[in-house]
Amino acid sequence: MILEAFLLVAAALLCIGLFGALTQQSIVMLMMGLELMINGITLAAAAFWYFLAPASDGQVIVVAVVTAMAIEMAMGFAVVTAIYRAQRIDMTDSATELEG
Amino acid sequence: MSATTLMIAAVWFLAALDGALAGRAAGRPVGPAAAAVEPVRATVRLLVGQRRSTLAADGLLRWAGIVSLIVAAVLAAAVVPLGERPLVDLSVGVVWFNAMEVVAWAAVWLVGWGPNGALSLVGGYRFVAQGLSYELPHMFAIITAALAAGSLRITDIVDAQAGLWFVVLMPAAFVAYLLSAAAMAFWGPFDAPVARDTAGGAGSELAGVDRLLFAGGRRLLLVAAAAMAVPLFLGGGHGPWLPAWAWVLLKTAAVLVVLVWLRHRLPTIRMDRWAEISWIVLVPLTIVQAIVVALVVLARGGM
Amino acid sequence: MVLAVFCVLSLLAISSGVLVFVVDSMARATFCLLVSFLAVAAMVLMTGLAYLGVVIILMMIIEMVIMAVFMVMFMMNPAGLMPMSMFHNTRGAAVISGLVFTGLAAGILVVDWPQRRGVPAPDPTVALGEALMGGHMLTMMTLGVTLFATIVATVVLSTGRGRYDRLGDDLDAERADDPAGGGVGR
Repeated sequence: MILEAFLLVAAALLCIGLFGALTQQSIVMLMMGLELMINGITLAAAAFWYFLAPASDGQVIVVAVVTAMAIEMAMGFAVVTAIYRAQRIDMTDSATELEG
Repeated sequence: MSATTLMIAAVWFLAALDGALAGRAAGRPVGPAAAAVEPVRATVRLLVGQRRSTLAADGLLRWAGIVSLIVAAVLAAAVVPLGERPLVDLSVGVVWFNAMEVVAWAAVWLVGWGPNGALSLVGGYRFVAQGLSYELPHMFAIITAALAAGSLRITDIVDAQAGLWFVVLMPAAFVAYLLSAAAMAFWGPFDAPVARDTAGGAGSELAGVDRLLFAGGRRLLLVAAAAMAVPLFLGGGHGPWLPAWAWVLLKTAAVLVVLVWLRHRLPTIRMDRWAEISWIVLVPLTIVQAIVVALVVLARGGM
Repeated sequence: MVLAVFCVLSLLAISSGVLVFVVDSMARATFCLLVSFLAVAAMVLMTGLAYLGVVIILMMIIEMVIMAVFMVMFMMNPAGLMPMSMFHNTRGAAVISGLVFTGLAAGILVVDWPQRRGVPAPDPTVALGEALMGGHMLTMMTLGVTLFATIVATVVLSTGRGRYDRLGDDLDAERADDPAGGGVGR
């Protein structure tokens, strides 16, 4: 139960999420990768609070990270729905309107 | 051990009462003895019944759904005070209860998805829609009770009702909580997920032990929700002559009688109508109730 | 004992995170992600943040159920009955992830972390409430306004019919032209 152990687990989750976010062809699976990344960051924020500065206001960043996850998921699904309505796209490889 | 017997006894009481009222509604009144024996007969019949599995079913997810429904009900009941102390007195008991009954969303969706059947999937989706609609009024109602007591610990909420029960202080929150208690266990007017127009909905492809555990988990969740109404709104164990645990049992039984009566009185609500009622009527009502209670708390001298 | 629990939880979090991208069935992938979230929430509970741990459990279960709904809506292979490989550029992504992990791990192990300053408040929940309502009121207000903006933006992005479709070109139809009845009339 040392800080390095928590941070290594958080870094592992972040990198697994990054791998998923970079490789997945389906937009929903890409969002799952992003969720894993924010999962890692939540754990790191809680570990930093406990081990470095358990002051009264260090938990605010954990609240902010969890709220950011909720916002990201809501907006992500709204964007997926909007793209699907516009062009029937459900794979990241096809969502290339701004490319080139 | 006594907690387990208490839970089984409460589920038995609920099933017997439900059977008695159903018999009366169908025009074949059953006496108390027959009504009490009927749940035992149904249990034995389901225990020896054959389990059923469908083509390309996802057995792991279906099993996970059934098990998590029962585990969630037990864990939710663990923070309800039986008398003075609950089994586990968490400092965030109210939020823990909320988290455990949200597990039912995942459980019913999994049970609907597992058997690879259209009607069971429809039941699972109906429960997700119902869940999204009742969750906000439910959260506001229980947070209003915690607000009036100044703590998230359930024993503190019970202690704060020594003078005045919260049902007098926040009646709208109590009504919203009762409706959401029925909705969280898809009971009564909110049983669209297991309704007859989808041949049993989420539970349509379950048989034998699976069906017993699913129905038992549903009833146990209803008992836990009704039991939670007692410390949150009805004064917990406070009362004149009887000991605290007797009052808790009596009040829980009263809430269960109301919920069973509600089931046999109102028809199943359609999901779009329920979404409309919940978002347009209940959410503003519970928010206004929370504001009123916050003003009362501030006027009394703050927290 | 605490160390054993921590090891079990961290292995569970990481392995279910890997399983999200390995299993064929998308429903199982969603619930593997839920298991990973619950393991992380349990680890947050271990650091003493009772309220935040239980709130993470609550929010993550709701979010994963909603993600399951969207996943079945938008994906080709929700039950995994036809094993398909839906990856692109795995080698490049593996290199990038490996480099990021090596860099982060090197940083974690090499950096001289400072000493602990202060002790946790006796009731972290009350401390969080007082922080959010007191010194960090600006954070609270920003989060509140951002959440409200998210609600509005989500509805605007995902609704298929705008107000001109519903109420006519001059916005003066008596009843809104909706497929489902009810509502407040506008």
